[in-house]
Amino acid sequence: MDFSLNDIQSMLLDSVQKFIANDYDFDKRQAYSDSEQGFSSEVWSTFAELGWTAIPFDEEDGGIGGGPVDMAIVMEQFGRGMIVEPYLANIVLAGGVLRRAATDEQKAKWLEPLIGGELQAALAYVEPQSGYDIADVCTTASNDSDGWVLNGSKSVVFNGGNAALLIVPARTSGKQSDQGGISLFAVDAATDGIDVRAYKTVDGHQAADIDFNDVRVGADGLLGETGAGFAIIDAVIDDATLAVCAEAVGIMRILTEKTVEYSKNRVQFGVPIGSFQALQHRMVDMFTACEQTYSLLLWAAMSASAGGDDAKRAISAIKYQVGTAGRKVGEEAVQLHGGMGVTWELDVAHYFKRLTAITQILGNADLHLDRLASG
Amino acid sequence: MDVTLTADDIAFRDEVRAFFRDEYPDDIRAKQDRGIPLEREDMVRFQQLLHEKGWAGVNWPVEYGGTGWNIVQKYIFSSEMAAANAPEVVPFGLGMVGPVIYTFGNDEQKERFLPDILASKVWWCQGYSEPGSGSDLASLKTKADRDGDHWVVNGTKTWTTLGQYADWIFCLVRTSTDVARRQEGISFLLIDMQSPGLSIKPIITIEGGHEVNEIHFDNVRVPVENLVGEEGKGWTYGKVLLEHERTGTAGVHRSAFRLKKLREQTQQSVRGGKPLAQDRNFMRNIAAVEVELKALEFTELRTLAAVSSGKAPGAESSILKFKGTEIQQAIDTLFMEAAGYYALPFVPHQFRFDYPEDEFIGAGTETKTALKYFNYRKASIYGGSNEIQRNIVAKHVLGL
Repeated sequence: MDFSLNDIQSMLLDSVQKFIANDYDFDKRQAYSDSEQGFSSEVWSTFAELGWTAIPFDEEDGGIGGGPVDMAIVMEQFGRGMIVEPYLANIVLAGGVLRRAATDEQKAKWLEPLIGGELQAALAYVEPQSGYDIADVCTTASNDSDGWVLNGSKSVVFNGGNAALLIVPARTSGKQSDQGGISLFAVDAATDGIDVRAYKTVDGHQAADIDFNDVRVGADGLLGETGAGFAIIDAVIDDATLAVCAEAVGIMRILTEKTVEYSKNRVQFGVPIGSFQALQHRMVDMFTACEQTYSLLLWAAMSASAGGDDAKRAISAIKYQVGTAGRKVGEEAVQLHGGMGVTWELDVAHYFKRLTAITQILGNADLHLDRLASG
Repeated sequence: MDVTLTADDIAFRDEVRAFFRDEYPDDIRAKQDRGIPLEREDMVRFQQLLHEKGWAGVNWPVEYGGTGWNIVQKYIFSSEMAAANAPEVVPFGLGMVGPVIYTFGNDEQKERFLPDILASKVWWCQGYSEPGSGSDLASLKTKADRDGDHWVVNGTKTWTTLGQYADWIFCLVRTSTDVARRQEGISFLLIDMQSPGLSIKPIITIEGGHEVNEIHFDNVRVPVENLVGEEGKGWTYGKVLLEHERTGTAGVHRSAFRLKKLREQTQQSVRGGKPLAQDRNFMRNIAAVEVELKALEFTELRTLAAVSSGKAPGAESSILKFKGTEIQQAIDTLFMEAAGYYALPFVPHQFRFDYPEDEFIGAGTETKTALKYFNYRKASIYGGSNEIQRNIVAKHVLGL
């Protein structure tokens, strides 16, 4: 039992904090988000130069061999900085599949440029009917003489509009919600038959709905074994859940800090509103929610590192907590900022929107509480 | 960061587990498991067993007979003790006045009081609250006037838990009114319960039990050497003590044990022909409390880690108090809900050791659930109410 950071973790924390303090303010973030691409290529290159795009990958694959704790440290700071660059989509989701399922040749082709910051990728794990059930895959892949043919629709694919590489779960056998029979395909987004409708999301990020109509994929596009994709997606989704929860902790904390600060300066009835006990107790509850959520994040990140039976429960616990306490903190931050809290101008509104987006993805509070209830 | 236990930690855990398996007396265990209230003698005997093993002063410095355990060891000990359903150590001596004496007392006081506290030979109780001073403790009016080698104490202390068993009481008393701030002029006084002029009156609480008392001081003469630390600085000492008290009141392991029992119980309790475990709403309610508790367990560990690196348990320990008691109360409510109609029978006398089992009303401790629920409404009120705790965090952590 140890809560201290090792040297690499301290270094990572320090470098992300410095980058955000010096090179990434709210105005820049908004400009990047408003751009056609929805993020800054320059910033993305910096991430690669600083080694952040290499964190979860094995050293032999060109990574730094980081674990869930390292990822949580970085993601919490990304939350504080409201980073809009598609780190989750590229590194955690698409990269998470590649590092688990790709052959050496496939890694050389896709993982290397991904880590290098040259390739944009996305994992298309949601379908119009699937909700939070990652086994609910209707997209099909049928085998023919020189590869595969994909048909189906994918929804809200993070970074889907910018991705040159799409990783697509498709059913090669079994029924709609069977865990068996799901295969994973690496598909060039420029392939004939792919229709990408890209859009912004409410949190300033971007995503796409993507249709596949008789899309041909070569035999070398299959990632891992045929029909064995579920376990890989499942592990990647756990990673991603932990990562966005860490991001949420960063957002919750900065929202609480900003709210406390605002209440000390905003004068009504001749006194700072922070002098009102009714508001003080609500801010104490926000602070407590942050501390409790951070505690669960530590439990989840350390459990995921240890790899024991607790890991899945811990990840559901933190996601449930973010879905409830996180939502509460976001709503309270807006409320205590009064009218300013609902303006586009103020960063608080945008933190709140990102936090809300996180509660909507990768299983909401209700789903994760159900998992925990069954013991 | 690492959540796993080392080989040394596991060996320690096994030693503690073996102790509670082999040396925890069967009669006390049976009372605990059946919800029978412990006698004074039971509590003392249990604590003296811990003392013989060298495990009484969990948080005490080694030089005063403490364990010298690190935070992981303390965590393991507390967890194993709760898992064995062993009684909680009565906090007034070992957890409260002991630390004040070894931190602020003089050598003579340390020598005179600490060994008996450690060995549970002397029962202590706490004299803080007064009828007119609850949340606003600094308004306390019990006063001590100097008369030669004595302080003469007059006033009333209340909510004195288990004062009916006590040999000694530690009190906050006003020794001066000529002060700039009300928190000044308060002193920390140790008073023999046998002193002439001291009288005790029981207060019966909502569930019908006798835990707390009112204590009257009518010209009680207290030797001057019983004042701890500096005259007029008692508030500071009392605050340190309260912070320690709050760290202890999270009760995470006790709550974890109770949630485990509750989950077991849902396999047996039947609702509408099905085990309660199949009631999705009820199980979701349990799960939600389990998440809060797991979070608090790590919040407490983080606080303890900070303490072990040399920081005092600061205002953050207030979080442990109000979250911990909110969770305890949520669990009380769940137990009562699981009991359904059998929460109603008011038959506290059946929780006696000699009560014939065939006359028992309700299964297990069902008829105790409401009593516990009512009694534990106190948890969010005592030790500084949960509203006061939020005031403390607002002021000292958020700077409001």
